[in-house]
Amino acid sequence: MEENGRRRNPLGLKLPRRTFIKGALLGLGSAALLPGQAGAAWEAFLQKNFREMSDAEVRAVIARLEKEAAGEWGKEIKIDASKAKPGVKFGYGLDLSRCIGCRKCVYACTEENNQSRTPQIHWITVLRFAKGEKWLDLENSEKYYNPKEVPEEGFFYLPVQCQQCENPPCVKVCPTKATWKEPDGIVVIDYNWCIGCRYCMAACPYGARRFNWARPGIKAEEINPDTHYLGNRPRYKGVVEKCTFCVQRTRAGKYPACVEVCPVGARKFGNLLDPESEIRYLIKNKRVFRLKEDLNTEPKFFYFFAT
Amino acid sequence: MKRLVFLIMAIMLHGIFLMASSSTAATDAQEMENGKHGDLPRFLVPSAASQENFPCSRCHNFRTADRTKRKLTAYHRNIELKHAEDQRWCYDCHEGDQLRLQNGKLVAFTESYVLCGQCHGTIYRDWKAGIHGKRSGEWDGDKLYRVCANCHDPHKPRFRAIEPKQPPMKPSDIKDR
Repeated sequence: MEENGRRRNPLGLKLPRRTFIKGALLGLGSAALLPGQAGAAWEAFLQKNFREMSDAEVRAVIARLEKEAAGEWGKEIKIDASKAKPGVKFGYGLDLSRCIGCRKCVYACTEENNQSRTPQIHWITVLRFAKGEKWLDLENSEKYYNPKEVPEEGFFYLPVQCQQCENPPCVKVCPTKATWKEPDGIVVIDYNWCIGCRYCMAACPYGARRFNWARPGIKAEEINPDTHYLGNRPRYKGVVEKCTFCVQRTRAGKYPACVEVCPVGARKFGNLLDPESEIRYLIKNKRVFRLKEDLNTEPKFFYFFAT
Repeated sequence: MKRLVFLIMAIMLHGIFLMASSSTAATDAQEMENGKHGDLPRFLVPSAASQENFPCSRCHNFRTADRTKRKLTAYHRNIELKHAEDQRWCYDCHEGDQLRLQNGKLVAFTESYVLCGQCHGTIYRDWKAGIHGKRSGEWDGDKLYRVCANCHDPHKPRFRAIEPKQPPMKPSDIKDR
């Protein structure tokens, strides 16, 4: 290829730099001017990180995403982008002396938050431990228990989901800043910025994050159309997802779906900054612990014993 | 003369029957919502466990109270008392169409939690704070409580075991699609 000290391209064409730059600019310009589908693709390509968008930009992006989702899922899907309320930091309480391990929370969560049914994605894992054993050894717990009836004699149950850490290791490792902690304490993901590297999954000490190995498999009639940009809107293949304390419900004042479904009332939720809230009452009055406290992740998920 | 007495009796019986049926209609509503009670939020009150048994006075006005502890064979056969049964019998908690507290005071069925709270004081305190029992609604707004009897059978309060939902899929169960 070396000829008189000049490098030639493989086609044998002489391509001066000026000609190359002109051609490239012309090509880019014409692509940008293409109408319809290609325009939307450009907008998607140029979409900013959620935190850097102005309110008008958020509205425009949501309008496009709603249109895309309707085409993709064959159903009208509403995407909300309500912000965190000032003076609110969410906390969660789970009463281990009441939980019976029925897994109703697992499936209520799946329905509310549009997790993939096949392949199966669950945001909550209920772990079973034998009473009296060295039970905080999470690796020796059982999550596939399947008796006729629960609770079983001699066992107790510990549901694990995202602990919404104040010092979240998953956020620290994200190379694209696609995951962050919101002012109300919920750790969220921008599914349009996630590149699927799964560093966050490796960093999470609680195994709370899930990866979409395939396009989520959900029937149109099973999709919950009331969604939030940072929460339960339908996900893409190759992005990470996790519990968001049902951001679409809790920012509208409602309890998360798992709290509403729990048949024994073991799940408690509220504002950590409100001294009159249920969560503050239980932290003050009950025996409370957090999972893997020694890692300094400062979870806002409190396990407690009411009795 | 006999005819007149018969007529008067018929009218009186009719009246009693009407009263009884009107008060059953009031309890017919499925799990009715009760208004605010002092500092407590709204709560659900269960409908009477057995519609045909309430109000109690429909039958018990015409019977003398038998306070001996025995196996019930004629009525209330479905009630199994497994709640400190050694110390307790019907009339310790029931009187007329109401509930009887330890001090003899009567409370309505809609305030049954006062009766339960006499013994279960710490649970009563937690329930008022929203820690014991299920709450639904809004975390900083309008909440809905359940009273004790929504979840516990007062005669046999221990929870029954239930069937769990299916376990998560094992990695080894995943097949190529």
